[in-house]
This record gives sequence, C-alpha cells and structure tokens, in this order.
Amino acid sequence: MTEPLVVLKDVNKHYGDLHVLQEINLEIGKGEVVIVIGPSGSGKSTLCRAINRLETIESGTITIDGKTLPEEGKALAELRADVGMVFQSFNLFAHKSILDNVTLGPIKVRKQNKAEAEKRAMELLERVGVAHQAQKFPAQLSGGQQQRVAIARSLAMDPKVMLFDEPTSALDPEMINEVLDVMVELAKSGMTMVVVTHEMGFARKAANRVVFMADGQIVEQNTPEEFFTHPTSDRAKDFLGKILTH
Amino acid sequence: MREILNNYDVLGAFWGTIKLSILGTIGALILGTIVAVLRLSPVRVFQWIGTWYVNTFRNTPLTLLMLFSILGMSYILGIQLNTTDISSNVFRWAVVMLSVYHGAFICEALRSGVNTVPAGQSEAARAIGLTFGQSMQHVLLPQAFRGAVAPIGSTIIALIKNSTVAAVIGAGEAANLMSVVIENEGSGFSVFLTFAIGFVILTLPLGLLITRMSRRLAVKR
Ligand SMILES: Nc1ncnc2c1ncn2[C@@H]1O[C@H](COP(=O)(O)OP(=O)(O)OP(=O)(O)O)[C@@H](O)[C@H]1O
Ligand SMILES: [Mg+2]
Repeated sequence: MTEPLVVLKDVNKHYGDLHVLQEINLEIGKGEVVIVIGPSGSGKSTLCRAINRLETIESGTITIDGKTLPEEGKALAELRADVGMVFQSFNLFAHKSILDNVTLGPIKVRKQNKAEAEKRAMELLERVGVAHQAQKFPAQLSGGQQQRVAIARSLAMDPKVMLFDEPTSALDPEMINEVLDVMVELAKSGMTMVVVTHEMGFARKAANRVVFMADGQIVEQNTPEEFFTHPTSDRAKDFLGKILTH
Repeated sequence: MREILNNYDVLGAFWGTIKLSILGTIGALILGTIVAVLRLSPVRVFQWIGTWYVNTFRNTPLTLLMLFSILGMSYILGIQLNTTDISSNVFRWAVVMLSVYHGAFICEALRSGVNTVPAGQSEAARAIGLTFGQSMQHVLLPQAFRGAVAPIGSTIIALIKNSTVAAVIGAGEAANLMSVVIENEGSGFSVFLTFAIGFVILTLPLGLLITRMSRRLAVKR
C-alpha cells in the first residue's frame, strides 16, 4: 500500500456522557475506497465529519496528506478545500443555479476566473449527467440529480479525498443507482473515498475495505468479500444478519 | 387642509422625512448586517459586542438617543457632523441615531432570516473551503436576507414613522413642521389629517411591495 493519505490516531470525542468516538485508529491509502458501516448511532457520521473538522475532536490527531488538521481559520478552510464532502441531504446552495453551485468554490477558494471555472463545471456536470440542467435551481431537480450535482461540486475543488455520508439514503429507490453509478465510476478513476453506506452492491463493486463500527469503536475491518461472508465479531454477525434479511 | 398646503411647505417637510428615511434605512441595513455577522461569528468577544449592541439600542427610547446626540455629543462633547450649518448637523445626527437604533432591529430580523437557512447550507459552504466571511457573504446572508424580507420591511416602515421623533431635536421633517403648524393655527383636525395622509402615502405602497417581494424572493427549497 502507498503512503496513507488520511491518518486518524487515537481519536476520541464525547457528546456529554456519550463516548461517540473511542480510540479510533484508521489509515486510508491514496486511491483506496473505504466503506464505513455499522448500526445507527455508532458514530459513522461523526467520524466522517471529524475528518474535515465539521466536528471537533478532544484528543488524538487527524492528518491529511501529512498535514495535521488546523484548529480554525484560513488554514482550516484551505485544508477543507482538499477534502470533498457529500451529505445525505445534498445541501446544494438553494439560492444559486446548478452551475453557480459548482463554480462558487473554484472561483472564491481556488481563485479561478469565471470562464475557466464554468468550463470545468460543465465538464463535471456532463460527467455526472446533469449538464442540461445547469441553469436550473436545486429545488427544480430530483433528489438523485441534486446529489450528482453535489458530487460535481465537490469534484470541482480537485479534492485529494472525498467523504460521503449516506449519500443515497435520502433518495427514492429508483434514484439510488444513478448516484451509485457515478460513485463507482469515481472509485474506478482512482479517487480516494470514505463512504458511509449500507449499499452492499456498491461495497462489493467498488470498495477495497469495509470498516465496521459499533458504539463508537472500530470493531473489525476487512475486504468486502471477507467481511460480508465471514464476519468475525458477534456485533458484525448480528448487524449483517439484520440488514441482509431485509 | 388646502390652506395648510398653501401656507406651509408640507411637501418640503415630507421630502425631509423621505431623505431621513432613506439615509436611515441604508445606515440601519449596513449596521444591522455588521452586528448580525458579529453575533453569528465563532469568536466569543464579537458575539458579546453584537449582543451588547442589540440589547443597548433596542431598549433605549429613540427620543433619548436623539436628545443625547445633540445635547450630549454635539454640545457637551463637541462632536459636530457639520460645523458650519446647525440644521445640517441636526439632520445628520438624526440619520445616525435612526440608523443606530433600527440597526439593532435589522440585526434581529436578519438573525430570524438566518434561522430559515438549514444548517447544511453553511456546512456545505465550509466543506468546499469557504472561510467564515466568504460563507457569510455568498451563502448564508443572501438567503437570510431573502428569508427576512417581511421583518426587515416592517423595520423600515417603523423607521419611516419613527423619523418623526427627530422633531425633538428640530430636524427638518414632517413632524417638525406639524408642530409649527399647530403652534400657529391651533390643533385642528385637518392638521392631523394632512400629516397622517402623508405618512400613509409613504408607507402603504411600501407595505404592499414588501408583501409581494417576500413571496417572490423566498428561496425555494
Ligand atoms: N450534535 C450532537 N449532540 C449530541 N449528540 C449527538 C450529536 N450528534 C450525534 N450525536 C449522538 O452521537 C451518536 C453517534 O451519532 P452519529 O450521527 O455519528 O451516528 P451514525 O453512526 O452516523 O448513525 P446513523 O446511522 O443513524 O446516521 C448518536 O448516539 C447521536 O445521537
Ligand atoms: Mg449518520
């Protein structure tokens, strides 16, 4: 494996009495696609959000490409620009057109000129299949289309790693695949990805590794094939038993 | 009523009201936005300053602020906004105090607008690497303004009516002229009617416009 791109070392976080992240150690290599699964409330979202510091941590360190996450301010903003994030609820900027959603970051953060940013944005919108909607507003698009725009918006920053927090769980079933297809293609193109999802199909197709979390801990991790067929911990067996019978 | 319009410069006085209102509104919008940003900033000290501003100026009677501007600032401290022309000094202080006072209300209206913006919007802004200032400017505030058109509009209408308070320091506007007319002609019903109609003409269309704008500008989610 190449030099790890994202390294979490002894990371801890509490919400009041709740120990949501307990001594988390995790390394993610360049180009690796890691799936995070686990029961509701196990801390998957918190882990994801800690990686770009939307949540603070109490102890431990998180580094991205060798750089420790800065506390606040401009340095943090710069580092976040290198870490893409796709949310469950899309979070497109509701007052901006699809095109402006994608160009805002490149223009304001990367200081690209408008024409250059728009050209690239159109290429990305083309890639995720919503180029013909570029002039519309988010509310005029379906959930699946909005999520693909959100992916394009992240990609426009040329991130080193992309985080996905249940990107398909707010979608109607018929729209899930259009988003997963984009993600599979992204994984194949060599993007480093951390994906919180319960989509087994995606895990099998695109993941290098599955990380299973329960009660704020990483309980076990393995290749998708091994994990889904031979889980070792009782928690994982129990969890898989529940979701596979659905 | 005809007599009042013929003998006194009612239109000129209302022109004073309009100038006070426009300048006061611009000042209040600028101050209110700055204070709202202070209150929303992650820095504690800034939040305190913002909160202090709102609590202080929202709870001080405007009459007191007006009197303080002339008696306290101009006469005692000698801070004049126009050293050669007394009536211009008074007018400018009236603009400042209208701005300062209503800025506190604009700030609160804007914060109510911020509450119409889902938390995910500013998270997404931060996630693409926008700084606090950039995400305020490009993501949060534009949506907050559009979600706060109605309360901001109410504040502006209140400001227009409250501009009459500037009469206590003798700024040239409608209420000032009204007191002159009453002194000369007695407090006839027609005097009140004339000036009341003037204010309705100023505020009623604005109210209708605001209702329409608040619907048109609302961000579709
Ligand atoms: N801001 C918060 N304040 C207090 N507790 C929180 C907060 N955010 C999350 N929690 C709690 O922390 C725990 C972990 O939350 P988290 O969202 O990381 O779980 P998750 O694994 O993503 O769950 P899900 O599958 O439901 O999304 C949960 O018990 C949750 O209630
Ligand atoms: Mg979650």
